[in-house]
Formats: sequence, C-alpha cells, structure tokens
Amino acid sequence: MALALGGYFSGDSNVFTASLVTVQTWFSSRFVALQDFLTAPRDIATLRQRNAELEAEVADLQAQVIQLQQAAGDTQIVAALLDFERANPQNQYKLAAVIGRDPSPFLQYVIINRGSNDGVLRGMPVVTNQGLVGRVDAVIADAARVQLITDPASNVNVRLQNAEENAALTGSVTGGLTLDLIPQNVDVEEGDVVLTSGLGGGYPPDLIIGQVVKVGGRDLDLFKQATVQPVVDFNRLPIVLVIVNFKPVEIAPLLPSP
Amino acid sequence: MRNLIAVPVILLAVILQSSIVSRVTLLSGFADLPLVMLAAWALQEDVDTAWHWALATGALVGFVSGVSWIVPTLSYLVTVALAQALQRRVWQAPLLAMFSVTFLGTIIGSLLSFAALQISGVSLSISDTFGLLTLPILLLNMLLAIPVFAVMRDLARWAYPTPEVE
Repeated sequence: MALALGGYFSGDSNVFTASLVTVQTWFSSRFVALQDFLTAPRDIATLRQRNAELEAEVADLQAQVIQLQQAAGDTQIVAALLDFERANPQNQYKLAAVIGRDPSPFLQYVIINRGSNDGVLRGMPVVTNQGLVGRVDAVIADAARVQLITDPASNVNVRLQNAEENAALTGSVTGGLTLDLIPQNVDVEEGDVVLTSGLGGGYPPDLIIGQVVKVGGRDLDLFKQATVQPVVDFNRLPIVLVIVNFKPVEIAPLLPSP
Repeated sequence: MRNLIAVPVILLAVILQSSIVSRVTLLSGFADLPLVMLAAWALQEDVDTAWHWALATGALVGFVSGVSWIVPTLSYLVTVALAQALQRRVWQAPLLAMFSVTFLGTIIGSLLSFAALQISGVSLSISDTFGLLTLPILLLNMLLAIPVFAVMRDLARWAYPTPEVE
C-alpha cells in the first residue's frame, strides 16, 4: 500500500485506479441524480414557500412605497399651505382634510374633517395656498360641509384686479365659474385676475379666485359676462385651510323686505 | 334582528357614495349608489322593509348633502314604489326590472333635484343639466345596476332565507 501510494506501482496502478475512478464517478453521478430526483419535490415546496414569503414581502414594501409617496405628497401640500399661512399672518388658519364630496352631483360641496370642536363655524371662508375654495355651510362636532365657489347656489362678490371694478361670481352645476354684473363700459380682457372684493362681508378681500378666460355678452345687454378659470383644482382638493378668525357679516336683516 | 342589517348597509352605501363614488365622475355626473342599492333591495322577493330603507337612506343623504332632505327621500321613495310595482309585473326577468327601475328612478331623481334647485332660486340650463349630469348619471347607474343587484340578492337570501320544502 505504502509503495503504491509512493508511486512505485504507478504504471500498474494507473489502469486499476482509472477504472476505479470511472466506476466511482458512475456511481456518484447516478447517486446525485437519484438524490436530486428524490429531494427535488421537497425543494420545490420550499422554494414555493420562500417565493410566497418574498412576494408577500414585496407587496408589503410596495404598499409602504405607496404610503410614503402619499405622505410625501401630503407633506408638500402642507408645506405649501404653511408657506401661505406665514405669508398671510393676518389670518388664523385651521388645517383640514377633505374626506368626501356631496352625494348629489347637482351640488358642489365637500366635507372636511374639522368641526365645531376645532373652532370651525358656519360662514368661515375656506382657502388653499392657491386661492379661494368656498365657505363653511354646515358644521357638526367633528366635521363640516363646505360650499365650493363652483356650486350653482354660490355667489361671491369679486373685483377685477386690473379694472378695479366690482362684479358677481356665480357657480354652475357643471363646476364652471361665471362673472356677471360687469358694467358695459368696463374693459375686461382675457387673463384679468379676479379677487374677492370683501363687499357683503361674506369673504375677506383680496383672495385670489382665478383668471378671465372668455368675455361674453352682447353690446345690447345691460352687463357683460365672462367665464373664469379658477386657480384651485376642485377635482383634486386633499387639504384645505379654514380661516377661523374671520366672522362673516350677516347682512340679511339690513336688506329691505319685499 | 334581520332588520338591523339596514343600519350598516345604508351607512356603508352613503359613506361609499360620499367618499369614493362621487369622485368617479363622467363629465359632471357620478353614480347614485344609494338609489341603485334601494332599487335592487326593493326588487328582492320576501323583502318587506324597502320603504323603511328608503326613508332612512333619504334622511341620511339629506343630512350629508347640501340639498334639502326632501329631495333624496322623495326620490328614493318613488324608486321603491316603482320597484315594488314592477316586481309584480316582470318578476320573471329581475334584471330587466332592475334596469327599468334604475332608469326611471334616476330620471325622477334628477327631475326632483332640478326642480328643487329652481325653486331655491338657482338658475340652471336644462340642456347642460341633461347632457352633462343626467345622462352620465344614467349611464353610471346602469353600469352599477348588475353588480349591486347581485350583492343585494345575496344579502336578501342571507337575511330572508327560503324555508326548504320537503
């Protein structure tokens, strides 16, 4: 054995070892193949389980990504609203999330998650950093209903920034804004900015509403009309600000009774 | 006890209407889930609480909505009346009855809303209202009709199980 391992029988042993190795290789390969065959189902089951675990993990991570993206979007909106709040220190604001819309498609209202418990009262104006949204129409303890300026029953006293002329802004069932009661002698052009006038005491003055996009009406009419494009996207209104230190003036008792 | 099922179902329908359905718009209209749900419920055999459901849903929608509570309540009561009238006539074709009730209920509901707004002094264009609101609502309600009918049929079978005849 020692001589063989020492290489003294190399010539004779080569034939023997080569055939031995061949036989061992044959057995080994067959054994491995058999082992693979016998253990493969168990591996597939393990792999399937692992795959399911990984898929669940991926789903969780995707959900987290969506949540984080949403949180990032909300943070951007809140940051913009905070900037707006800092730029307008004369008002006190209450941040509110829009949690629903009016069940009737004939009306343009939204529901916010702040109510009388948070100091929100009926008539308070609602804005975003872009401009005027509407005003609080009804309040319960933890929620409030806001009438948008696009509601067909909404009427806002406005002024044209360039013309320094007052007019009335009304909504419609389709969500459009129409500027009415513009005197014929007033020069209104597309692009003119429309702001709240503060007349009537329903809204604070100088809140941006939108821009004139189309001037209409005939020369024979008493007043001109114009279509206004609002600066606020009312279809995407996740967070709003309620101006809580504004007290609307109730002018109904001052109006002459018919 | 089975009447109590109305509470979560109606609450869920109004919450879904306000939070999700109202954001899925076609032109300016969106579906009226409570109306479709009531139509489907009233068309189920053995259901005898449809009138109560209509009153409760109308009151709840009136509470949430800016429109007077009379409008949705009346609209839903008329829908239930239509469903009960049609159920006895076209009972062999429940889906046909469902489409008919949804169609007529939607038209009547839109007319009532239009009339209420006109009475309150809001000027509306009939063509805009019909083209941009009523027609889209009609189409979306029709699309909702089949799945809602299936859900309400299962709910009715669960709440009003038919006794087995030996």
